[in-house]
Amino acid sequence: MSISTGAVTDPHLYLQAQSRWHPLEFAFWAASILPFFIFPNHLVLASQIAITALFALSLDLILGYAGIVSLGHAAFFGLGAYTTGILSKYGWGDPFVGLLAGSVVAGLAGYASSFIIARFRHLTLIMITLGLGFLVHEAANQASWLTGGSDGLQGVRIGPLLGRFTFDLYGYAAYTYSLIVLFIVFLVVRRLINSPFGLSLRGIRENPVRMPAVGAPSHAHIRKIYTISAVIAGIAGAVLAQTSGTVSLGVLDFQRSADVLVILILGGAGRLYGGLIGALIFIVARDQFSGINPQLWYFPIGVLLVAVVMFLPGGILGGLARLTSTLRSRWS
Amino acid sequence: MAEPILALKDVRAGYGEAVVLDGISLELPENGSLAVLGRNGVGKTTLLLTIMGFTDVRRGTISWRSNDITAVAPHRRVRNGIGWVPQEREIFPSLTVEDNLTVASRPGSWTLKSVFELFPRLAERRNNMGNHLSGGEQQMLAIARALMTNPALLLLDEPLEGLAPVIVDELTDAIRRMTADAGTPFILVEQHADLSLALTDQAIVLERGAIAHRAPSAALLQDHATLDRLIGLRIDESRAATSS
Repeated sequence: MSISTGAVTDPHLYLQAQSRWHPLEFAFWAASILPFFIFPNHLVLASQIAITALFALSLDLILGYAGIVSLGHAAFFGLGAYTTGILSKYGWGDPFVGLLAGSVVAGLAGYASSFIIARFRHLTLIMITLGLGFLVHEAANQASWLTGGSDGLQGVRIGPLLGRFTFDLYGYAAYTYSLIVLFIVFLVVRRLINSPFGLSLRGIRENPVRMPAVGAPSHAHIRKIYTISAVIAGIAGAVLAQTSGTVSLGVLDFQRSADVLVILILGGAGRLYGGLIGALIFIVARDQFSGINPQLWYFPIGVLLVAVVMFLPGGILGGLARLTSTLRSRWS
Repeated sequence: MAEPILALKDVRAGYGEAVVLDGISLELPENGSLAVLGRNGVGKTTLLLTIMGFTDVRRGTISWRSNDITAVAPHRRVRNGIGWVPQEREIFPSLTVEDNLTVASRPGSWTLKSVFELFPRLAERRNNMGNHLSGGEQQMLAIARALMTNPALLLLDEPLEGLAPVIVDELTDAIRRMTADAGTPFILVEQHADLSLALTDQAIVLERGAIAHRAPSAALLQDHATLDRLIGLRIDESRAATSS
């Protein structure tokens, strides 16, 4: 007997087919260079969006793909930022060295904590990540001789990019650099989630206990993805430190961990572009609403979050996907 | 005599402090098939979970192709060739049929193409989410997913439970084809004793976590008194005749 399905029947080819670029993706990345032409006075804001998108991408790997809820992800972001800042203070101001060092330190911290993370789920996991976030924040606060404590790190001196392009107030270098780093990391993440390992992560998200029954070691996979996620969060923190030229305790705040979670929920977790779209909406909304009322800018964000969770459980991208699917089925 | 593919020797196992199985010894030859029968709660599912490595083994050994795997992690047992279809199916609800199959894929003769040939209904539903399948389709997917690991031994835990008769017939036929045609040995835990005995070579009956009776399946199928005594089953003569 033979079947005629008209589709790929080899698992590896199937995964390759899944990873083909959609025309909308080309459009998205083409649009990402528009700020240089349309909003040349808002490139600093654009670089903040790119950095936040990078951070959201790192959380998406563990939350959206592996089902690991974290309320302490800013710990890795902050470690990346502080490592880069401290290195620059002592003469290692080259952006690429800082980026590498920030990602390594965050990755090592992620690897160490992944042994605890892999053993728990649900509320226990949320509390553990929250606790780890508080621990790192307080450690940075106490180590004021190294971090500057609540006064922030003094003397951050980031060198020019490739020895030529300085991170100035206009944000040309900052946005170019942030966007390139975001795009490279995105390519890596995209490849990762469309691999057998990425598919295993989605299986772990669905049922971590039973994944070993199909030959996938859940704990080892969780440790790997948590470490990778920490590396990316560290890169995001390092880029922020480099493009802003400052590092303060704010990089480790619980608020930052909560914000990135909100961003992901808004955009759509486990959708690759969810964190990117969420970051765009969140940062622009914050910029606009805080201009109207600096004290109440979280109010509309709160309304939006409640609306999305109630009416678009898959986030904005999930809602769009559902709408597209409905329209297609009606027309076909 | 050839080495058995799987051997349990005096196994005592359970969950935490609770002992469910005691003194279990059995051997399964290459190309062999074994029906595991018994009333509810006697340890049939626990036997499969123990072979898979999901229980605490307190005594005895489990050997796979003469290698002791008693302490080997479940995912390594799968990679060594033990496939398992759990009783609860446990398919991944928000992955598509194709994703559910691909996530388990390991090199071997079972591919997406061959499992779709075995279960054409899954090919038609390949883009459906796991939770958008009927009970029978979910069961087919659970079996197909286990096959995608390209097992050298398949453990089937009540694959026909709660399914409509037409689906039971379809699945029985598929099990017969995949085991007879591919020569894959299997252990089948099933409440439908008549079907189970018709599909297998050997049978054991569990009672209170121990093997109370073992016999060739064909002989046990005719031994109505033993079946009635050990599992309270009165075989439907006509169905037994048609199944065998």
